[in-house]
Amino acid sequence: MSLDPATIRRVAKLARIRVDDTEVAQLQTELNGILGWIEQLNEVNVDGIEPLTGAAQMALRLRPDVVTDGGLTEQVLANAPDRAGMFYAVPKVVE
Amino acid sequence: MLTDLTLAAARDGLRAKQFTAAELTGAHLDAIAALNPALNAFITVTADGARQQAIAADQALAGGDTRPLLGIPLAIKDLFCTAGTRTTAGSRILEPFVPPYESTVTAQLLRDGAVFLGKANLDEFAMGSSNMTSAYGPVTNPWTRADGKKLVPGGSSGGSVAAVAARMAMGATATDTGGSIRQPAAFTGLVGIKPTYGRCSRYGVVAFASSLDQAGPVARSVEDAAILLGSMSGFDVRDSTSADRPVPDFAAACRRGVKGLRIGIPREYRSDAMPPEIEALWQQGLGWLRDAGATTVDVSLPHTKYGLATYYIVAPAEASSNLARYDGVRFGQRVAGHDLTELYERTRAEGFGAEVKRRIMIGTYVLSAGYYDAYYLRAQKVRALIWRDFTDAFAHVDALLTPTAPSAAFAQGENMDDPVTMYLNDVFTVPANMAGIPGMSVPAGLDPAGLPLGLQVLGRPFDEETVFAVGAAIERAAGFTHMPAIRAGVPS
Repeated sequence: MSLDPATIRRVAKLARIRVDDTEVAQLQTELNGILGWIEQLNEVNVDGIEPLTGAAQMALRLRPDVVTDGGLTEQVLANAPDRAGMFYAVPKVVE
Repeated sequence: MLTDLTLAAARDGLRAKQFTAAELTGAHLDAIAALNPALNAFITVTADGARQQAIAADQALAGGDTRPLLGIPLAIKDLFCTAGTRTTAGSRILEPFVPPYESTVTAQLLRDGAVFLGKANLDEFAMGSSNMTSAYGPVTNPWTRADGKKLVPGGSSGGSVAAVAARMAMGATATDTGGSIRQPAAFTGLVGIKPTYGRCSRYGVVAFASSLDQAGPVARSVEDAAILLGSMSGFDVRDSTSADRPVPDFAAACRRGVKGLRIGIPREYRSDAMPPEIEALWQQGLGWLRDAGATTVDVSLPHTKYGLATYYIVAPAEASSNLARYDGVRFGQRVAGHDLTELYERTRAEGFGAEVKRRIMIGTYVLSAGYYDAYYLRAQKVRALIWRDFTDAFAHVDALLTPTAPSAAFAQGENMDDPVTMYLNDVFTVPANMAGIPGMSVPAGLDPAGLPLGLQVLGRPFDEETVFAVGAAIERAAGFTHMPAIRAGVPS
């Protein structure tokens, strides 16, 4: 299948990446090139195969549900581009 | 020259008081000052911190301290968070990011006495095979070709390998999601090992594709790589996929020999397109192992040819999820917008480079409603078949031997015509990431242009010891003593 310009814009919107009209055509060519090459997987017979989600051949560990860390407000906020007191600051979301 | 020593020899020299850690670190900082402007292997040099660590190491050495990396100067790939030292992941979006915490791998290196020279350049978010996608400029391979064109060091760990090959560091940390330790090691005449998934903690390593990412070392000898991996490895409660297993003595495994081992030759790694010198080197490597007492056996890994296409669904899918955190709100660079959505979209448009954007968009698409089953679920099933291929093969053989990469280092700007051409560099390395098995690249010879070529040893999960034994046997037989033209102590 081939991505049309509208799909490129929709995927960019989902990915929260601003794409200018001038970039759409090039992205379309590149992404279609990659997806076209990936199509070769359609020739593999995967009937009855369980998907492999990860390379760790083990069950995920459980741990006690207890607080092990915290009280690091200043460290957590140290890299914030903008802050207001103990909070991250962003443009107004609710009018 | 101090900068030409192996890590093991430097450790012994420090303990024998033949030179001081301050002298050793000073020699490497001098090499960085002389060579880094041309090679661009380091994004950040931490000279003052390194000198202080070296002075502390000398005091400890005077007291008889025998920690395994005491006073050894290393480069750290700029994907490992280092407390108080900027960590960029090669991306503009993390340009202002100073981690308040230390990755587990680097914390363990510091625990063992290492000196950190600085943060090594890399492809942006480790996405690339040439180091051309770094927002901090390309890295130049210290190996040169007669035509004088600047060569890539491979990627994504291009800064790590350039630093070690040019003798600006004695070893370096690296990471490997689809070949990012092994291919650059091959391109620069170094040893690099991606251990088994779960062997090194991913805590504090900037995430690319979490089910594939694995840390490992690059070094100038198999033993040096073993010493570094020993310090980097081990169980960590802060990584949910960390393996709760004891860390073997990898350095001891280097001396085991290969007598009686069965070495598999995967027939699907052979192609008509392979340059004859790489095919010849592969046969030579198999001959060396037979001469050392191993037997070689033909094996089949029938789904090898689908490894790359599977990778380019799984890795972008995981990347699109992992990189969602770069939103300009909590850390990193922000570009202002009228509302929150515009802030996100502008921040990510300006903060990410072209290759990262392509992969995020591919990942977003293959995970989107209506396409998940056709792409992502199918890729996970093919991944299961790739894993089964290796499991079947390792029922009959102890290790596999293959070429590391389909070519020697190429020139900067080559293979950039379309993304897929660049992706093909990882054809031999990607399957090990899909299956989570350990893989090492060992320098084994030169191509007709005088550039290094590597052979890849693949092993069973958590059997890095056999990989080290086979790698060391190849190293002994190859007697690879060639050095790059650009290196410490050589006038440019």
